Amino acid sequence: MTTTTRHLPRLGLRGLQRFNDISGYTVLLVLAAVFMIPLYWMFSTALKSPQQTFAIPPEWIPAPAQWENFSEVFEEVPFGRFYLNTFFLAFANIVGHLVSVTLVAYGFARLRFPGRNILFLVMLSTLMIPYQVTLVPRFVMFSKLGLINSYWPLILPAFTGSPFLIFLVRQYMMSIPFDLDEAAYIDGATRLDVFWRIILPLARPALMLVIVFTFIDVWNDFLQPLIYLNDPDMFTVSLGLSFFQGARETNWNLLMAGSVLAMIPPLILFFFAQKQLIGGISVEGLKG
Amino acid sequence: MSAFTRVSRSWTQLSPSERREALAGYLFISPWIIGFLVFFLGPIVASFILSFTRWNIVGTPEWVGLANYERIFTQDPFFRKAVTVTLTYAAIYLPLEVIFGILIAVVLNQKLRGIGLFRTMYYMPYIVPKVASSLVWVWVLNPRYGLLNTMLGWLGITGPSWLSDPDWVLPSIVMMALWGVGGSAVIYLAGLQNVPNQLYEAASVDGANRVQKFVRITLPMLSPTIFFQLVLGLIGTFQTFTPAFIAAGRSGGPLQSGLFYMLYIYNRSFESMRMGYGSALAWIMTVFIMIITLLVFRSSKYWVYYEAERKRTNR
Repeated sequence: MTTTTRHLPRLGLRGLQRFNDISGYTVLLVLAAVFMIPLYWMFSTALKSPQQTFAIPPEWIPAPAQWENFSEVFEEVPFGRFYLNTFFLAFANIVGHLVSVTLVAYGFARLRFPGRNILFLVMLSTLMIPYQVTLVPRFVMFSKLGLINSYWPLILPAFTGSPFLIFLVRQYMMSIPFDLDEAAYIDGATRLDVFWRIILPLARPALMLVIVFTFIDVWNDFLQPLIYLNDPDMFTVSLGLSFFQGARETNWNLLMAGSVLAMIPPLILFFFAQKQLIGGISVEGLKG
Repeated sequence: MSAFTRVSRSWTQLSPSERREALAGYLFISPWIIGFLVFFLGPIVASFILSFTRWNIVGTPEWVGLANYERIFTQDPFFRKAVTVTLTYAAIYLPLEVIFGILIAVVLNQKLRGIGLFRTMYYMPYIVPKVASSLVWVWVLNPRYGLLNTMLGWLGITGPSWLSDPDWVLPSIVMMALWGVGGSAVIYLAGLQNVPNQLYEAASVDGANRVQKFVRITLPMLSPTIFFQLVLGLIGTFQTFTPAFIAAGRSGGPLQSGLFYMLYIYNRSFESMRMGYGSALAWIMTVFIMIITLLVFRSSKYWVYYEAERKRTNR
């Protein structure tokens, strides 16, 4: 906010500044309340007994707090299993993306070959086509291969890269000076040497983004696990949570405890990678 | 693609070392080429062919010609419902997303101590997994014990029964989605911070007030960002699945009032296992999205302001 002092001479510069600050903070706090109250409601419900959950008027601070709800979630449904499954899937997808995205991005960013521009445009244009149109044939393909109710359909595509991440990493690799490659080639390095020893280490911030985005995508994915997984022991956290909702007369306290548990890993990741994440998402806003 | 230094030439014009480089290039991008063929192009073509068949995945597909499309457009009330629901949602949600996104970005663009903390708080709902955030809202919107109706009660208002009332299902889902508006606000914030300060200073010298500055400087400078957010948001609306599935229910809620298009595709394809019909639905959606995207791109020259363009015409 720029402050124009000309129109309000009587307040003086400092007075106006303070007035601006106070109104600024008021707006900020009101908005913060709007965004945080549902989260608070989730957390406080997670600590309530069934009777407290359905109290009218609602208890804002549950007393006594039922911390054992969190362990009960693990007994009611195989939540620990869901956690492990989702971590495993996230790990496999991250490995897949790190391998494929870096290789492809390097090819597009640093090597010259006929048709490169056209292929790159084709890749970008696939971002504009909704992936849902491929959903049925993919399902048919995996079911003919006997891979329904396995993790393969949720892992294999990662090893072929993701257009958006390739775009992101390629942009980053373009910004690395080409002199470095030239110098290495003169010293007798191969293309793989250059890729592995020069480009990859320098592209580390972009790789962090690949890891963070992939983790969050896998952790939040719901439709694909829903389609491909039937065995409750193989469910992901999101899928397990949704079945928990439908399974019985809804226990809102346990369901909210489960929701809190489901948001912890992305939340932790968010706090560690906040800078990159918000920066990267602003890039995402301009993709296409 | 100005970054590419050389005009690409055909294979025969390349020197041996250039050929080796080209070969390496193809090898490096081969994972994506395989993925493109196996997981994208192949399935799209297959989906097109499947859309002319009747098939429940066991047995052989039966060729029915245009029957699926004919039925969708003339006899399928759910198709009409799904299109109406999705477009209504887009018409309500997208403008609100732009307005709130920009307003919050403006609020976050103040130079105040501790602003980072607020940015984190506004952004947090966006990173809650969709299933969890949908569940939270189902509980917040519980007509009797939910938070929202309790708070409305303080004001003496009897809240509606939200997700059980056909008239309130869509507004509920809009509200749920707006809770995550911090995600777009951050993008607008980045756009705001790219607006050169001289523009505001020059305007101040000319005696412009805040509102004039916002309308004449901020909005035009943000228009490319708004444009991309709208395009992505429109595509995203047609892909909305999880909130509808969790909050409205897998069959679309009371009177199918929450039957989002994607939910309908899911129901036809994977609940009733009608692969051909589902493919036809998916193809209609794809074509529709491509047309809309094209129209939005075409219209962009009338309202999107590009810095680079101005430079070109002025000099």
